[in-house]
Amino acid sequence: MSEVLSTPKKTENLVEVHQLKKYFPVQKSFLDQFLAGRVDYVRAVDGVSFTIRRGEAFGLAGESGSGKSTIGRLVIGLEKPTAGQVLFDGIDLASLDAESLRRLRARMQVIFQDPMASLNPRMSLGEAVMAGLKIHFPESADSHRETAMKVMERVGLTPPQFFFNKFPHQISGGQRQRVVIARALVTHPELVLADEPIAMADVSVRALLLDLMVQLKREYNLTYLFITHDLATAKYICDRIGILYLGKLVEVGELREVYAHPLHPYTQALMAAVPVPNPHERRTMPMPEGEIPNPIHPPSGCRFHPRCPYARAECSTVEPEQRELRPGHWVACHFAEQFMG
Amino acid sequence: MNDRDEILVRIRDLSVTYHTRLGPVSAVDHVSFDIRRGEILGLVGESGCGKSTLGKALLRMIAPPAEITGGQILFEGEDILTFDERRLRDFRGRKASMIFQDPMTSLNPVQRVEDHLVEAVEVHEQKVDRANVLERVATLIERLGIQKRRIHDYPHQLSGGMRQRVMIGLGLVLNANLIIADEATTSLDVIVEAKLVDQLREIRDQYGVSILVITHNIALVAEIADRVAVMYAGHLVEMGSVYQIFDHPLHPYTRGLLRSVPSIKLDDQEELYKMAGEPPNLTHPPSGCRFHPRCPDRMGLCSQSQPQLREVAPGHWVQCWLYQDHPEKESPTLEVTE
Ligand SMILES: Nc1ncnc2c1ncn2[C@@H]1O[C@H](COP(=O)(O)OP(=O)(O)O)[C@@H](O)[C@H]1O
Ligand SMILES: Nc1ncnc2c1ncn2[C@@H]1O[C@H](COP(=O)(O)OP(=O)(O)O)[C@@H](O)[C@H]1O
Ligand SMILES: [Mg+2]
Ligand SMILES: [Mg+2]
Repeated sequence: MSEVLSTPKKTENLVEVHQLKKYFPVQKSFLDQFLAGRVDYVRAVDGVSFTIRRGEAFGLAGESGSGKSTIGRLVIGLEKPTAGQVLFDGIDLASLDAESLRRLRARMQVIFQDPMASLNPRMSLGEAVMAGLKIHFPESADSHRETAMKVMERVGLTPPQFFFNKFPHQISGGQRQRVVIARALVTHPELVLADEPIAMADVSVRALLLDLMVQLKREYNLTYLFITHDLATAKYICDRIGILYLGKLVEVGELREVYAHPLHPYTQALMAAVPVPNPHERRTMPMPEGEIPNPIHPPSGCRFHPRCPYARAECSTVEPEQRELRPGHWVACHFAEQFMG
Repeated sequence: MNDRDEILVRIRDLSVTYHTRLGPVSAVDHVSFDIRRGEILGLVGESGCGKSTLGKALLRMIAPPAEITGGQILFEGEDILTFDERRLRDFRGRKASMIFQDPMTSLNPVQRVEDHLVEAVEVHEQKVDRANVLERVATLIERLGIQKRRIHDYPHQLSGGMRQRVMIGLGLVLNANLIIADEATTSLDVIVEAKLVDQLREIRDQYGVSILVITHNIALVAEIADRVAVMYAGHLVEMGSVYQIFDHPLHPYTRGLLRSVPSIKLDDQEELYKMAGEPPNLTHPPSGCRFHPRCPDRMGLCSQSQPQLREVAPGHWVQCWLYQDHPEKESPTLEVTE
């Protein structure tokens, strides 16, 4: 078993997610629960399927609360699904005991949004970068320092000797995010979950970090699950993209294909809402009515129907299935044909 | 000359310093510009360049350890830096108001939406007729796209976008001439942000109010602003119409910044420009032009002497030696034709 866990089988899809669901019980007082006679659930992820091919950057985009981070945590086994399956390299995460899961997780790493929150303020940068090596490869302790220095140099923390003994508060925000990237890559993971990794950085720093992540992906043969609320940033890193709305995937396909021919009215609105850095191309499309509904009692049928300018009677009663309307381009909308031009 | 050319606020040589343990931080350094009546002016720059400090200074909301160390802020011709406490309070309520990124910090959690608005009027206007005020508030709420029944909600019952609209309402109910929105859309989702952008534009059109939009989001400025001011390390480095700034950026910082902004459009550049370095620590700002250590066009002169903000084409201002003469300059001064 341990062989299977630590050696890639080279399945074409590194990750397969089938009908994934995650419901969180709503925190209420015992009395409220008793009076209501039931427990309410936040349907954070509600039947999501997608695959991530080996070596690709798969983007998950959507507004806050759409379920992006929850899916990310489910994919790397940090959280157990309410229903559905996650296969990593063909292995069903649910079939593993805690020890096996821990071993498998050596092949995955995470980069979160806020580097300050994900670094221990009392741990030197060198220690932080070496931490993963200590956990997953204790047998090669002699080479940890050298390995860490190399990766630090590669992510632009040069000279690494200078940064090795520094602490998080002694460096800039951009440099901290580089430390977090170095810490993730030092164990040579196959899958990197990047949850809004550069959302907090300023434009100039963000361009540098984005470029670094693209280069590292190539050099280290990485597969990314790149979570973002920013469709513009996704364009520079993602090969394919899935658009989430209220715990459902409404559209998925090659990024360039989806951006050139958005087929779901929600994707269309989301794309139109992104400001373009060109005053000659200001948005003219009106925005959807209302606000994102509560995920405890999501709308019936298509979840977007109360806000959809194209909604018809069927949309409020029948939930749309994912359909492949163009090669590799899937959309969950009953009437998407009208956008095919 | 139309209304938009009339000047509402003249800021002259304004400086703000934070007195810190590590020494003075010159967060706003000799900044001069005008805000016109009824315009939407975008103030952009990366974090730490002094945008919020400048915005607060315009309402004199500067308290220790910060201090306004020089300059003038002429609002409709009167220098607000000379106002006593009473006039200042009146000015803040009636003439100008501010919206922050997190509206919860400015709203009272135990006060309903309606009470916020009514109280704002009662504090600043003498002899108010309550029925009249309620009617004004109701009309305003409707114009802001907030449902009538929401008027009895508490702030925590509202979504982020709605809270921001209540904040805008607090300025408008007193007919403020200036609204300063400091990263007011930053924590909102794009669709909610887009709606707020539409709303700010409508409000400007309906009420003729001037809006200073402070943001680090350069694309947002292209979407909403009539004119743009670019800040770097406490200095105003470029200013012009939104078309001048985006079609003909002059300052090397503005140019770099615009080329590093991601765009959703597929035909736009495939790779982002990567600007060297990061903004400086303002306890020890670089000598001469504060951008010189990161500047691809730097000349010997740039680290020694600070350029002035100059109007190089009608309405287009830039603070850079490329566009100014100096006896020690090695290269010819660039002519700007627009
Ligand atoms: N541990 C949790 N307990 C209860 N609700 C949660 C928990 N984590 C997330 N949620 C809820 O699930 C939904 C999806 O959240 P999240 O996955 O964080 O979305 P995103 O990353 O897209 O912003 C939200 O409504 C959120 O409030
Ligand atoms: N309370 C404070 N004490 C000391 N320095 C401060 C304080 N607030 C801001 N600064 C400094 O002033 C400069 C400008 O900050 P700010 O106006 O907040 O910039 P921006 O809004 O553009 O991000 C920064 O260098 C920052 O470190
Ligand atoms: Mg998230
Ligand atoms: Mg600020």
